[in-house]
Amino acid sequence: MNGPDEVVDCLGQRCPLPVIAAARRLPQLPVGGVLRVLADDPAAAIDIPAWCRMRGQELVDTSTVDGSPAYDIRRAH
Amino acid sequence: MGSASPLRRGILPDPPARYGFLVNEPPAYFDAASAAPLHPVARQAMLAALADGWADPARLYAPARRARQLLDAARAATAEVLGVRPDELSFTPSGTAAAHAAVLGGLAGRRRAGGTLVHSAIEHSAVLHAAERHVAGGGSAESVPVDRSGRLDLDAWSAAVAAPGVALGTLISASHEVGTVQPVTEAARACAAVGVPLHLDAAQSVGRLPVPEGWSMLSASAHKWGGPPGVGLLVVRKGTRWESPYPADEREAGRTPGVGNLPAIVAAAAALRAVHAEAAAEAARLGPLVDRIRATVPATVPDVEVVGDPVHRLPHLVTFSCLYVDGEALLHALDRRGFAVSSGSSCTSSTLRPSHVLEAMGVLSHGNVRVSLHRESTEAEVDRFLAELPGIVAGLRAEAGVVGL
Repeated sequence: MNGPDEVVDCLGQRCPLPVIAAARRLPQLPVGGVLRVLADDPAAAIDIPAWCRMRGQELVDTSTVDGSPAYDIRRAH
Repeated sequence: MGSASPLRRGILPDPPARYGFLVNEPPAYFDAASAAPLHPVARQAMLAALADGWADPARLYAPARRARQLLDAARAATAEVLGVRPDELSFTPSGTAAAHAAVLGGLAGRRRAGGTLVHSAIEHSAVLHAAERHVAGGGSAESVPVDRSGRLDLDAWSAAVAAPGVALGTLISASHEVGTVQPVTEAARACAAVGVPLHLDAAQSVGRLPVPEGWSMLSASAHKWGGPPGVGLLVVRKGTRWESPYPADEREAGRTPGVGNLPAIVAAAAALRAVHAEAAAEAARLGPLVDRIRATVPATVPDVEVVGDPVHRLPHLVTFSCLYVDGEALLHALDRRGFAVSSGSSCTSSTLRPSHVLEAMGVLSHGNVRVSLHRESTEAEVDRFLAELPGIVAGLRAEAGVVGL
């Protein structure tokens, strides 16, 4: 997979802040664009996928980048 | 009891004045799943037993015999509600202690059969901590997933208990966090088919729903049904291999050490008999109030996810999550408006970890609220909650600048 189009760093932030960051930034990307959210709050592992499901956005990958959890979200609409 | 009573003067702070603006509306207590208010008959029974049941029931003089009579009567009444023999029932110091004893004792009694504990992913932390102890001691534990409604994956459960070396299965009767009632009869059948005993953690359902069949051990907690805190139930059915995880003690058939809190036990039994008699009527009264919350909150508050099974659920409990809202801020805002609720959000837990139940279900964990009703909950309280919640959530979202996201 190609790298993300944009990265938002939410390391050290507690939920719901990483989800709010994703909700703010994703609409600024074109449809099909991929936003990477770096978030180490354990709740993000639940809440970012749940937000994608509730908003009809696509969680394309969950990985570890430089030791931190990274969530790649593709803007679906 | 006024503020001048010796107890209050001695050890309690002055009552808070924070509800002064709600002069005619006392706070609505919506956290029965943590602790239900003491049932009136429990209060009466406890006062009587404090006067009459203070002696050690194991001794051989008249006050001890009186205490023994009270203990025997409490045991008989409780066993009757559960549909078990009195000698299968022990009173423990808490529901947590009962769950620990059931899990660790059930594993110890079956160690020759194997060292694996099978549990659902949504067990109470008491069971999960017992599982951690088992694993730390060289055993193994298998967690069985649930679906998005919080219901056990029966196929996975059946496969897990049928694996070689399984000593014990343990299952919660209904989720304490989201209310979903578990398929206990089917799960018990799967255990029975392969000769694996089942521990049922019935803390949230005893006194509210009929006790299911097919289990070998059961644990419960009196302060969930309107008894006092500090009383748990441990049932070990005849023929179950169970070995005490504690140093030897002859009390309570050797299943839990120490002298029980007899006045609290008597009160717990009195409350259980009362709530058992009221259970169907209470379910018929509270169920529609929970239905109203389930229907109204998503209609009046934007971006809310109501979680848990809408039909197969506890009659008194409902859970929802509000997108973009901090759970701790929401609890404090509700508290300021006179509503006592609980939350599975990470910011409200001492560990700062989100609820493992919401995690297992894959549902939103932040902005989470659990409302659990009880016999003193009124329609007016629920309606006041439903009237105030939209404004409270909107205010928090406006403060956080997340409106319209």
